[in-house]
Amino acid sequence: MICQECNQRPAALHFTKILNGEKAEFHLCDKCAQEKGDMFMLGGAPGFSIHNLLAGLLNIEPTFQKTKQDPFQQEEILQCVKCSMTFQQFIKVGRFGCAHCYQAFEEQLIPILKRLHSGNSAHNGKIPTRIGGSIHLRKNIEELKQKLKESIAKEEFERAAEIRDEIRLLDSKLKAKDEGGE
Amino acid sequence: MSLERFINQAVSSWMSADGPDSDIILSSRIRLARNIKQYKFPTLFTNDEAKSVIHMIKKKVEEKSFSTLGNLELLLMDELQPLQKRVLMEKHLISPHLAENSSHGACVLSENEELSIMINEEDHIRIQCLFPGFQLSEALNIANEIDDWLEKEIDYAFDEKVGYLTSCPTNVGTGLRASVMVHLPGLVLTQQMNRIIPAINQLGLVVRGIYGEGSEALGNIFQVSNQITLGKSEKDIVEDLKSVVSQLISQERSAREALAKTSNIQLEDRVFRSYGILSNCRIIESKEAARCLSDVRLGIDMQYLKNISKNILNELMILTQPGFLQQYAGGPLRPHERDIRRASLIRERMKMENEEIGG
Ligand SMILES: [Zn+2]
Ligand SMILES: [Zn+2]
Repeated sequence: MICQECNQRPAALHFTKILNGEKAEFHLCDKCAQEKGDMFMLGGAPGFSIHNLLAGLLNIEPTFQKTKQDPFQQEEILQCVKCSMTFQQFIKVGRFGCAHCYQAFEEQLIPILKRLHSGNSAHNGKIPTRIGGSIHLRKNIEELKQKLKESIAKEEFERAAEIRDEIRLLDSKLKAKDEGGE
Repeated sequence: MSLERFINQAVSSWMSADGPDSDIILSSRIRLARNIKQYKFPTLFTNDEAKSVIHMIKKKVEEKSFSTLGNLELLLMDELQPLQKRVLMEKHLISPHLAENSSHGACVLSENEELSIMINEEDHIRIQCLFPGFQLSEALNIANEIDDWLEKEIDYAFDEKVGYLTSCPTNVGTGLRASVMVHLPGLVLTQQMNRIIPAINQLGLVVRGIYGEGSEALGNIFQVSNQITLGKSEKDIVEDLKSVVSQLISQERSAREALAKTSNIQLEDRVFRSYGILSNCRIIESKEAARCLSDVRLGIDMQYLKNISKNILNELMILTQPGFLQQYAGGPLRPHERDIRRASLIRERMKMENEEIGG
C-alpha cells in the first residue's frame, strides 16, 4: 500500500481515527507520519485511537498490542500518581500528562530517550537560575558531608568543625532559596 | 488599502533581507520549550490550569519589565477570527497546532515580531525568536534572556537528570529547536539535493521543504534543524547546526558559480522568463509563483536583475499564501479566485519595484 499523503513511499503506519462516530483510516509512510505527527498524535481528543503510531516512531516493540492476554494474568499497570496517565496511554498518545510522568516511567523511558537522542539520556545544557541555584548548593552540601565523614574518621576534629559550619551556612542558604522560590 | 500599506503592515522584520549571508539564509529561528511545574501538561490539563498558565504570562507581559524588544502584546486564540490565525501561521509566528487545535491557546508578540511566545500549545510555553539572515547565536541569546526573565517568577518543570521536561520526549533536555530557512536554487538546479539531504540527516539534522506538501520544497526553500535536544548543550547544538549550514552555504555558492560558467545564457533566460511571468501573469498557482519567485531571487543574487529588492522572495512567498490573499481581498476566496488575486498582487508588487527604479 502506498502512503496516502505523498503517494510515493510505501505506507508503514496504519491506524484508525474515530471522530464523531465516523471511522477514518490512515496509511502513512514514516516520513509523512512524522511530519503529520502533531495532527495525529494530538492528545486528549475523545474517541481517538491510534494503533502503534508512537511505537512505530520510536521503534519500540509494540508489546501492548499482544493479542488478548489472559485477564487474570495481566501485568501490573504502570501509572503516574500525579496525573493518572498510564504508560500505555503515553505510548499511544506520544505525550506525557505531567512533569511527574518522567519519574513515574523513568525506567522505561531511558531506552526511549536514548533511541530518540542518539544514545543520550542525560541533560547537558542550561540549568534554570533559581531552581538551578539550589541544585548547585545541594551538590556542594553532599560533597561536604562526605568530607565531614572522612575528617571524623581520621579524627581531624578541628577540620570537621569547620566543615560542619560550612554545611550549616549552605543549608541556611538552601532553605532561604527554597522558601523564596515558593 | 493600498498594496504598499498592506505590505508594510504584513511584513515582519525577519522577512527583510538585511541579515548576514542573506543571499542564501532567509531566516534563523530558535525555539525553547518550557513547562510550568505545578500544572499538568496541555495534553491533560484542566481548563482552570490552562487559564492559570495564560494568567501567569499575562502578568509578566503587563509588567513590561522586558524592554529590549519593545511592547509585548498578548493575543488569545479564542478571540481571533480564523483568518487572523491563519495569517499569523503563514508568518510563522504561531504553529498550525496552536491556530487550530489548542484550547486556551494564546501568543505573545513583540512589536517587530522577532519574538513570539506560544502559550498552551504542545507545551505551556514555547519561546520563539525569528531573525533575518544567518543569526542563530543572536537569536539564542535573546531567547535565553526571555527565558531567564520568565523564570524569575515561574517555576519551570526541570529535572536534574533529563533537563527541561516537555510534553513530548523528542524535546526533553534543552527544549531547543534551532533552525534556518535556506534558499538553495543552485543545489536544486544542479540536482545535488538528493545527495545532500541524506548526508545532513546522518549528522543528526533534519532537512525538509517548508512550502508545499510531502517531499516537495516549493520555491527551493528548505528548513534545516537539529533533531536531538538531549545530551548536548544549547551552544553545541547551535554551533553544530551552524557549521553544517556554513558548508551548505559554500556548496550553494559553488553550485551557482558552476551554473554561471556552464549555462550562463540558459540561466539568464530562465531568470528573465520568470521575471516576465511574475510581471505579466493574470492567473498563477502557488507552485508556479514559488518557482518564478525563486528564479527571480536567484537572478537578483547573481546580478542578472538589478535594482530589485531581495525581499521580494521572502515577502511574496508569505503574502501569496491563501490567508494573506484573503485578508488583502477582504473576504473569502475560492481557489480559482485566489490564483487571480495572487497574480494581481504579484504584478502590483513588481510594479512597485519598477516605480522605485524609475523615480
Ligand atoms: Zn508519505
Ligand atoms: Zn503524570
